[in-house]
Amino acid sequence: MTTQKLFGALAAVALLAACGSDSDSNRAATGTGGVGGSGSVRPGSQEDLVANIGDRVFFETDRANIRADQRPALERQARWMQQHAQVQVSVEGHADERGTREYNLALGQRRANAARDVLVASGVSGARVSTISYGKDRPTALGSTEDAWAQNRRAVTVVR
Amino acid sequence: MTTNSSHPTLGRRAALGAAAAAGLVGPGLSPRSARAQGAVIDITRARTEPIPIAVPDFAGAGDAQRLGRDIAEVVLSNLRSSGLFRPVQRAAFIQTAEAAAQAPRFQDWRVIGAQALTTGRADLQGDRLRVEFRLWDVLPEQQLQGTAFTAPPANWRRIAHLISDVIYERLLGEKGYFDTRVAYIAESGPRDRRSRRLAIMDQDGQNHRFLTDGSAAALTPRFHPNAQQIAFMSYAQNQPRVHLFSLESGRQEVLGNFPGMTLSPRFSPDGRSVVLSSTRGADANIYVVDLASRRERQLTSGGGLDVSPCFSPDGAQVVFNSDRGGDQQLYVMSADGGNIRRISFGRGRYATPVWSPRGDLIAFTRIAGGQFAIGVMRPDGSGERILSEGWGMESPTFAPNGRVMMFFRESPARDSRGGGYSSRLASIDISGFNERQIVTPADASDPAWSPLLS
Repeated sequence: MTTQKLFGALAAVALLAACGSDSDSNRAATGTGGVGGSGSVRPGSQEDLVANIGDRVFFETDRANIRADQRPALERQARWMQQHAQVQVSVEGHADERGTREYNLALGQRRANAARDVLVASGVSGARVSTISYGKDRPTALGSTEDAWAQNRRAVTVVR
Repeated sequence: MTTNSSHPTLGRRAALGAAAAAGLVGPGLSPRSARAQGAVIDITRARTEPIPIAVPDFAGAGDAQRLGRDIAEVVLSNLRSSGLFRPVQRAAFIQTAEAAAQAPRFQDWRVIGAQALTTGRADLQGDRLRVEFRLWDVLPEQQLQGTAFTAPPANWRRIAHLISDVIYERLLGEKGYFDTRVAYIAESGPRDRRSRRLAIMDQDGQNHRFLTDGSAAALTPRFHPNAQQIAFMSYAQNQPRVHLFSLESGRQEVLGNFPGMTLSPRFSPDGRSVVLSSTRGADANIYVVDLASRRERQLTSGGGLDVSPCFSPDGAQVVFNSDRGGDQQLYVMSADGGNIRRISFGRGRYATPVWSPRGDLIAFTRIAGGQFAIGVMRPDGSGERILSEGWGMESPTFAPNGRVMMFFRESPARDSRGGGYSSRLASIDISGFNERQIVTPADASDPAWSPLLS
């Protein structure tokens, strides 16, 4: 279902995510399935999404447009959702800590919507994708560094 | 609670009024009082010497003695925290509290440097606590105020706060803010799994209690003008929406039937509506929700993120935060959504505008050069001043007299696990002096200062 080249890109995503203590909703396994995907991971599960597809995309400071280098990750998610027609997801939008709380809530919502729009444009029914924003209040990387902020400016796709 | 300013034991009301007027031109107090006449805050006044005041224990017998001591302690703490009073050291007192409550020997207070003196007496009468208090201008040897309060003994702290407000108003010429509460968000746990509970306390941090249990995150509380209701954002049912919380019943309910997220609520000055932001598609716009009919009215549709709206105290205008021009700036519009104009033009991004209860200033958060700051500007954007600056701070809220603000201040994480991060409430005089940390049981954010409770 995936090519070797694709796995290279996925590994990078998984490593980046593993830098912080990972906390996005319903996350049971943080890359423990292994980069190659293991037989113990149930297809169509959150673990499958994290280990084999990539569950998140990243944003520039104060921006909510999907970067060109992040779009393929969402297109992979869309294909994966088409393979698993029963899966419903929530896209969670987040911001880094260098903004005010209320603005970041709205910004996180805008990021979640932008990611959702790509999923829908890639053929996923909008009825399967809800969105929610947590603003800056649920960081995945807990440091106060540029690297942590880059990891926290994200939209994460979570299987409901 | 009852207040009786004309109780027979406290003398003639007419005389008190005359004494008060006379006291204001006493040599020690006149400069402050004279300047306090205008409605515009004199920011230089805070830089002058604080008023030296002696607050001996309130006299009392039996259990009332302890209450009298505790009341004086709270009054002292309030006055000190304002930065505008300098309590005279107790060890220097010559006349006893009991004797002073009978009749102050002014010479004894003058020689230890007191310009103002309070005396009082606490009495338990059945299940009621009666507290008499007098405020004296030491140099002209005149009584400025005499007031008696009666309440259940459990309310002794409120009596102390009311007395503090009387002292503040008589000596500074503007209303006090001590008989107030602060709602805020109590935060605990690691940052990626934080519990955020709505909490409330007296302005001095006492009588702390939690209003929500933490099962759903709560954010951004704001008081109704009657101080009995709080609008806030809740993640109940995983639906981030504005909720209303009644302090009388303890019940909460969702406000409005919006399809998307609703956030950043604030009550209108008449208490009849809530202005908030609601996300639809890629945008967030400002709406007003009428509390009686629950009908909503859209105010903005600018194609950007419009958040953090706040009414002017006359209800005629709304200030808000928008990135419609590219980055976050402050905008003011008419309450019907017309005549939108940008008011912030300094360096950086501007956010969280809040209108002073006096109407003369708008407080904000500014983000520039990697630093956060709390500042104020006039409603037309002129006269910008930064009051406090640091790695992280936001969410200013005004005391009801517009003279003091609270906000929250964050310190950065030192390591990749978030160690060293903290979030604490602080208060500051709007002249930028007297910044103090407000003690809370754990991390705290989003303070909201209530109106005066009575």
